[in-house]
Amino acid sequence: MPTIKLTVNAKPVTMEVEARTLLVDLIREHLKLTGTHVGCDTSQCGACVVMVGGQSVKSCSMLAVEADGQDVTTIEGMAKNGELHPLQKAFHENHGLQCGFCTPGVVISASDLLKKNPSPDEGQIREWLEGNICRCTGYHNIVKAVQQCADEMKGGA
Amino acid sequence: MDNFEFHKPTSIDDAIKAVDGKDEPKFLAGGQSLIPVMKLDMAQPSDLVSLAGVATLKEIKEDGDTLVIGAMATHATVAESDAVTKAIPSIASMAGHIGDAQVRNRGTIGGSVAHADPAADYPAALVALNATVKTHKREIAAEDFFTELFETALEEGELITAIHFKKPKRSWYEKFQSPASKYAIAGVCVAEYDDGVRVAITGAGNKVFRHAGMEKALSGNFDPSALDGVDVDAGELRTDVEASAEYRAHLVKVMAKRAVKNAR
Amino acid sequence: MGKVIGERVLRKEDTRFLTGKGRYTDDLNRPNQAYAYVLRSPMAHAKIASIDTEDAKQADGVLAVLTGKDHADAGFGGLPCGWLIHNKDGSPMHEPPHPSLVADRVRHVGDNVAVVIAETKAQAKAAAQMIMVDYEELPVVPDITAAIADGAPKVWDDTPVGNRCYDWHIGEKDPTDAAFAKAKHVVSIDLVNQRLIPNAMEPRAAIGEYDPSTDDHTLWTTSQNPHLIRLLIGAFTMQIPEHKLRIIAPDVGGGFGSKIYHYAEEVLVLWASKVVGRPVKWTAERSESFITDAHGRDHISHAELAIDDKGKFLGLRVSTKANMGAYLSTFASAVPTYLYGTLLSGVYVIPAIYAEVEAVFTNTTAVDAYRGAGRPEATYLLERLVTKAARELGIDEVELRRRNVIQPDQFPYQTPVALEYDVGEFEKCLDVALEQVDYANFEKRREEAKSRGMLRGIGMSLYVEACGLAPSALAGAIGARAGLYESGTIRVNPTGNVTVFTGTHSHGQGHETTFAQLVADQLGIPVESVEVKHGDTSNTAFGMGSYGSRSLPVGGSALWKAGEKIIAKGRKIAAHILEASVDDVEFVDGEFRVKGTDKKMLFAEVAFSAYVPHNYPLEELEPGLEESAFYDPKNFTFPGGCHVVEVEIDPETGVTKVVDVAVADDVGKVINPMIVDGQIHGGLAQGIGQALLEHAKYDEQGQLLTGSYMTYTMPRAADFPFFKVGNHVTHCTHNPLGSKGCGEVGAIGVPPAVINAVINALEPEGVTDIEMPATPERVWRALNEAKKA
Repeated sequence: MPTIKLTVNAKPVTMEVEARTLLVDLIREHLKLTGTHVGCDTSQCGACVVMVGGQSVKSCSMLAVEADGQDVTTIEGMAKNGELHPLQKAFHENHGLQCGFCTPGVVISASDLLKKNPSPDEGQIREWLEGNICRCTGYHNIVKAVQQCADEMKGGA
Repeated sequence: MDNFEFHKPTSIDDAIKAVDGKDEPKFLAGGQSLIPVMKLDMAQPSDLVSLAGVATLKEIKEDGDTLVIGAMATHATVAESDAVTKAIPSIASMAGHIGDAQVRNRGTIGGSVAHADPAADYPAALVALNATVKTHKREIAAEDFFTELFETALEEGELITAIHFKKPKRSWYEKFQSPASKYAIAGVCVAEYDDGVRVAITGAGNKVFRHAGMEKALSGNFDPSALDGVDVDAGELRTDVEASAEYRAHLVKVMAKRAVKNAR
Repeated sequence: MGKVIGERVLRKEDTRFLTGKGRYTDDLNRPNQAYAYVLRSPMAHAKIASIDTEDAKQADGVLAVLTGKDHADAGFGGLPCGWLIHNKDGSPMHEPPHPSLVADRVRHVGDNVAVVIAETKAQAKAAAQMIMVDYEELPVVPDITAAIADGAPKVWDDTPVGNRCYDWHIGEKDPTDAAFAKAKHVVSIDLVNQRLIPNAMEPRAAIGEYDPSTDDHTLWTTSQNPHLIRLLIGAFTMQIPEHKLRIIAPDVGGGFGSKIYHYAEEVLVLWASKVVGRPVKWTAERSESFITDAHGRDHISHAELAIDDKGKFLGLRVSTKANMGAYLSTFASAVPTYLYGTLLSGVYVIPAIYAEVEAVFTNTTAVDAYRGAGRPEATYLLERLVTKAARELGIDEVELRRRNVIQPDQFPYQTPVALEYDVGEFEKCLDVALEQVDYANFEKRREEAKSRGMLRGIGMSLYVEACGLAPSALAGAIGARAGLYESGTIRVNPTGNVTVFTGTHSHGQGHETTFAQLVADQLGIPVESVEVKHGDTSNTAFGMGSYGSRSLPVGGSALWKAGEKIIAKGRKIAAHILEASVDDVEFVDGEFRVKGTDKKMLFAEVAFSAYVPHNYPLEELEPGLEESAFYDPKNFTFPGGCHVVEVEIDPETGVTKVVDVAVADDVGKVINPMIVDGQIHGGLAQGIGQALLEHAKYDEQGQLLTGSYMTYTMPRAADFPFFKVGNHVTHCTHNPLGSKGCGEVGAIGVPPAVINAVINALEPEGVTDIEMPATPERVWRALNEAKKA
């Protein structure tokens, strides 16, 4: 079995995995980080989105061995020193989540957007979220939360 | 998913050696098509050779009247590339609208082309922009490359290294997406060259194809109105749960006109 | 502190979901757990000639393989239907058996044939593929039209008439016919309310665990109503006595109706855990969810509206065919009857109504309640018909609605279809919604769109729904096999903080916050001092769960009653300590005060005295401060409102873009406006999804053509604009809160508004009808046909 070394939420991980292990299974089953979810089997729902090497990816469509040597951030690694990430805060303040199942993927995906485009307009936010399906919120408050976060981060910068 | 041997070479030569003599080897690029297919057990490779460690495959460069995009360039990289935007803006725009953000972050041009999905976007760009598929041992004209549904001219163990696009005077790609899967139901790439116009259509048939009638009409007059009298034969197109052949034929024309209108 | 009803309190549950600490069923793992994989039928209709499990049993890691025969041998009952509908002639509906594993015949793609238990999920799945099933194909009934055709094959051999489950009616036929006889105008319409798939983002999952040392059974399951599941397993499927059966529905990732029902896998994991002596977990893959979660809607209707010379409605005649699927899911039979026929009066005065509903079996996945359940179907029918009537009569559709809407002074209003609406000001909702959308200037916007080559249209609907299910005696009289009250317990802890237990279940609705606000407000304590517990039968009193927008009006009312008991007891304790008569002690702003004096005790002080009863009326009062209440509603609640939608259609491609959505809903007293708005947003998205995107399609062989997100269109962020959510509230008159419920209003009101807008946009091109979903191809075809005509 291949041995992989990676960093997950700033902690080094060294582990033997079967080559066929999906990254999402490494995260959920082996590392017990169950904030990353599986909502479909056709790589579309986005509940499993995590950051790998600074890019948001669907962890159901990537092998754990492909993450060898990379930095991985899951929803559990977003808050720092007990402080919620500005996006997490914005989702809370804007009621950007209901059942919470898609939320980790949406938050990670949105953080990738704001990194690439700190001032997205409404249309750009909606288009970026193409890969995240939410059945509860009608996306209204998700988009509001991302807008608020973008505004605040700009204000802070 | 069955298990397999995983290899991660750092050079093209090592990648070729890694597949040599193996039962059912496959190259792994971004995995955005291959891994979903493997999850469905529709591909069961004995060996998976990751190309992520081969740095030379990621290169994007302009070379005279050619734009070279390395096989491992991701859609996101292509979309954001200044070289691509400058040389052939239609490719940057097209790459920026493939799948969704996460697919674009992983998916690569080489992977997409090798998978040859009849509804993928890149095949239309390759065929319209008179591209050459460069492999580790030869060059294949795009038109000869896409042979059948999910089939290409690639031989066993043959590795795509780069795609060479011929810079047009202007070009554009427009697609009508499936609202469910976001794949193209009808995608049309038009490209104007000194010696004529090329029109390639994806999503509508069993593989990418050129449309002689449109090319002829546009070669005389590169204007949307030139397509008014051109017929798109629904008989050659696909009917499935997403769209009828008749509707696809209509959309092909609408998308072609929009592509001509937006060409730059 | 104190007055927090009506405040925008941020959700208490958010932190765990936002930090990845939510605990959904599949996130849980039990020590020594094994895994189940269910082998499903690939055929829509076939006889199982033989089934060979030998290879599967020998496969790596396999612990057990169970089949329909084993299920029958174990003596388990089938999955029951909870609502008995009677035919027109008084005979009961046809209720076929519904075993958790079938033995001899499969009746839809996805029917449960066998279950494999193995050390890993992958091993269970691999072994299931080694089970050899010899199917002998039978003719397939893929849809309603096929089911009612002469000589149709039978899904069930013993249905007395064709594939009929029941043939039901409501209202009075003769007076309705008489109304039509004297009508000046009759407007008719034929409609399809297409089949949908709920698609909560969390796939269903279940873990069964049996402890032989205590004979205790525990089931973790993705359920909207754990007590109901315990009742059904206890009384019907497995006959495990309730005191030996604990059901836990932990964090649940959305339901929308689909997680109300008792599903086979709940039986299978409990059974298997006993067979293999280990906990057994099952998690659906999304492709399994598509073919096994109960679907929604699926009606074909014909309706006629009789109108007099002044544009007043005289009568309504409706004939509906409803698809039940192959089996009767838990509440399937109630949806096209009591949740549909009773709502056909809508917000209008319609003196005579008669509706007939024929429900049929087909070789498809079972159909049951999905967000709105019956009420969206009724609203769609009526509001399409009213807009069509306005067009045919040449009356402005707003004016026609104003002429017929029930006026505030007509309440309580008895409809001809059984319901008595208590209160509502529907015309005000219409005014608010039209104002928000700037109705007066619509034609300017249409012109502007035209200059861009786009077809712009506006559409509206008024709706009323019956929520707060349900008065038990009434429900029982019309066939419900359960009561529909709710329970609540308030446990005041010694230092004055509070733990609340509710029989309802939150799977996105934010009960942990709303109910905390309710109790905090009533007891005058901070919201932070209230913790709401739900979802575990071992720590909540019997309750019926969450669906039909019932949690607040019914469950909240139960908690309110429990709170009143707490206050009553507190007054007795305070009276004793303050040496006053109970009658002189009042509870104001979180304090027990002796009227006319400055003597008082804080709520926390009274609580402490109840648990440290040194100075306490022990002879007449028990120590402790914990009260439970059951609340049985006196009537349904009737949320209502107006939804207005504007669309722009690209005539070249047929693509419809929703450009404006303005709603004015009356959900009764609002506890947390932020949460209410969120519920409305979600309902609107699902309703717009139905109108434009979603469609569960089967082919002639009964194969689901839209069995994944590759082909079933889930609404995405770019499909919507921001929603303009307004309101005009009246308070429910018969529950202590005045709340009516808000979970379903979005999905109920908006589909006809969208379709009316699409038709409005296409009307100048000669199009007068289009079906849901109004896909680009359908719009393109409608435009083509209009051009030809």
